[in-house]
Amino acid sequence: MTTATAAPTIAQKIGGWFSKAPAQAVAAEHAALRSDRFRLERESEWKRLEAIVTQMEAGRLRRISDADLLALPALYRTAASSLSIARETSLDAALIAYLEALTQRAWFLVYGPRASLWSWFKRFLGGEWSASVRAMGTDILIALALMVAGTVAGWLLVESNPDWYYSLVSAGFADERVPGASREVLRGTLFGGQDQDGMSLFAASLFSNNAQVSILCFALGFAFGLPTMLLLIHNTALLGAMLWLYHGQGLLPDFVGWLSIHGTTELFAILLAGAAGLHIGRAMAFPGNASVLDAAAAAGRRTAQVMTGVVLMLIIAAVLEGFARQLVDNTPARFTVGGFMLVFWIGYFFAFRRGVRV
Amino acid sequence: MALSLPLRRKPVAHTPPDFDGKRRRIVTTPEGLTLPFLLASRGARAGALMIDLTMIVGAMIGMTVILFHLADAAGINLDGGKDPAARAVQALGVLWIIALFLFRNAWFLFFELGPRGATPGKRMVGIRVAARGSAKGGARLTTEAVIARNLVRDIELFMPITFIISTWANDGDTDLASWAGAVWFLIFVLFPFFNRDRLRCGDLIAGTWVVEAPKRKLEQALSVSDAARGQSQTTGAQYRFSAEDLAVYGEFELQTLERVLRENREEAMRDVAQTICRKIGWSAGAGDERAFLEAYYAQLRARLETGMRFGKRKADKHTGASEN
Repeated sequence: MTTATAAPTIAQKIGGWFSKAPAQAVAAEHAALRSDRFRLERESEWKRLEAIVTQMEAGRLRRISDADLLALPALYRTAASSLSIARETSLDAALIAYLEALTQRAWFLVYGPRASLWSWFKRFLGGEWSASVRAMGTDILIALALMVAGTVAGWLLVESNPDWYYSLVSAGFADERVPGASREVLRGTLFGGQDQDGMSLFAASLFSNNAQVSILCFALGFAFGLPTMLLLIHNTALLGAMLWLYHGQGLLPDFVGWLSIHGTTELFAILLAGAAGLHIGRAMAFPGNASVLDAAAAAGRRTAQVMTGVVLMLIIAAVLEGFARQLVDNTPARFTVGGFMLVFWIGYFFAFRRGVRV
Repeated sequence: MALSLPLRRKPVAHTPPDFDGKRRRIVTTPEGLTLPFLLASRGARAGALMIDLTMIVGAMIGMTVILFHLADAAGINLDGGKDPAARAVQALGVLWIIALFLFRNAWFLFFELGPRGATPGKRMVGIRVAARGSAKGGARLTTEAVIARNLVRDIELFMPITFIISTWANDGDTDLASWAGAVWFLIFVLFPFFNRDRLRCGDLIAGTWVVEAPKRKLEQALSVSDAARGQSQTTGAQYRFSAEDLAVYGEFELQTLERVLRENREEAMRDVAQTICRKIGWSAGAGDERAFLEAYYAQLRARLETGMRFGKRKADKHTGASEN
């Protein structure tokens, strides 16, 4: 007998854990306090807002009806004004905490990232990227100067003492390309790679590596840009040393052609990454009228856009390096491709202006 | 015993203690509304990061295992050969490199750009990324800000970790190199301890901070029962308090009472009821504490809220005792 009567209550209890508490629709007149009457009159709107917000947070935008979506800003303002009234008239701490949390959640959605990733990307390609590149013109010039200086320094160092070559060029790069290598060997590294296999694998790992280096270049800008400068100089000194090596065997134009096919894109990307790092470093060292934090934040947002572009450029560079370089096997054609890419990037960044503000 | 009662406090402290005061930031919305935000605790952030890293490593390993099995099915043959199987393996290799790159760089980006502004780890501990706001105005969290804060993560976290691991693995100049890595790592890890808003470097550059993302249910209104009108359902007694009876407490005590009523624990309610009775010189019988407290709560709140509407507030039992 007892079990028979107990069973439904247990079942009800367990059921109660999983189902929501029955919504107690209390008419406002039942409340003894004026502030509770205020609350009971409005709580259906808050609950509607809460339901919409919960759906949106879960990413279930399709489940929300158009009417609800249109009502969101209005419901948010209702909740916000309810909160400010409640703060003035009600001493119900739980209610105020609820409204604060709800308003906060709705605020994040109403004033959240304005665009979807895709529409952001379209705006990014359609002018915002080039606009933020132009906005850091000074830093690009500085980075360019550093890269040129690094190249020249690399060349001069190795010229004065070939031993420098080994300390500049790490073992991985310097397989057979070492001082004293014959013309034939060096020529072999530039031409005749068509039969090579695993180009796609090579391209992918190149991209991954280069992207990581350029992100590093950017992120180090945080230390007032100094490490970025060192990194730029060091990497281009390596380039200078290589240039000197091929120059010694009269292969300079061929080497530059071999390099230019992807190098115009890749070096441009590294230039931009370095400039982005310098931009942050400069903003932090010389914040002007803004506080250091605000200046760093403004620079950070601008350069983040540039860095997204840098990653894109490196993907293109890796594809060029992995495929085009091996397939195009003569110097004039390589210069054509490399030159075209350079003109394309310069045109895109500096001539392509739409009315976009940064 | 008496000291442990919820309504007893040291008479010196005139403002309610604010344990979260150091973490609270007030941000003004465009509507002119001030919203309080609680900065996430450093422990919560570290925990969230650990969860995320575990998930990322798990995903990387899972991905590798799956691709390895696929490659195995195709017949592993990385060197040479132009047969379709070798090409398939190559394609898998490309996929693997790109997937690892994405897991490392895009995991945080993807989730923090979503409507929750939080990675799975952050969601679990109940925190999210937000644009740094100030009393002057709250800012919108932009896509660029999320990108910037996560690019910097690379030098804060992944760089030193891979550096330390690789020096251990290579077993080379272990001491010096791993010390350098450790120092580097510590500088960035300890960075949030040296600024007021607990920013890590990425937050600083992106103009973001990490705040708690509270979720609350709407609690029951407390003045809708019969007891709140002074009518006890169990005993049928009528509770009416005079102005003097209600004048002894202020808003702080009212909110303590609210908490006790919402928690609805017998002992706590008995203790509080006894304290109130002693204070106002009543002797209510046992067994009807909830009705008594609900009635007292409703009438005290009515009185304090009326005062509030006329611009007269009473923070706690110590304020304005002489005026009443």
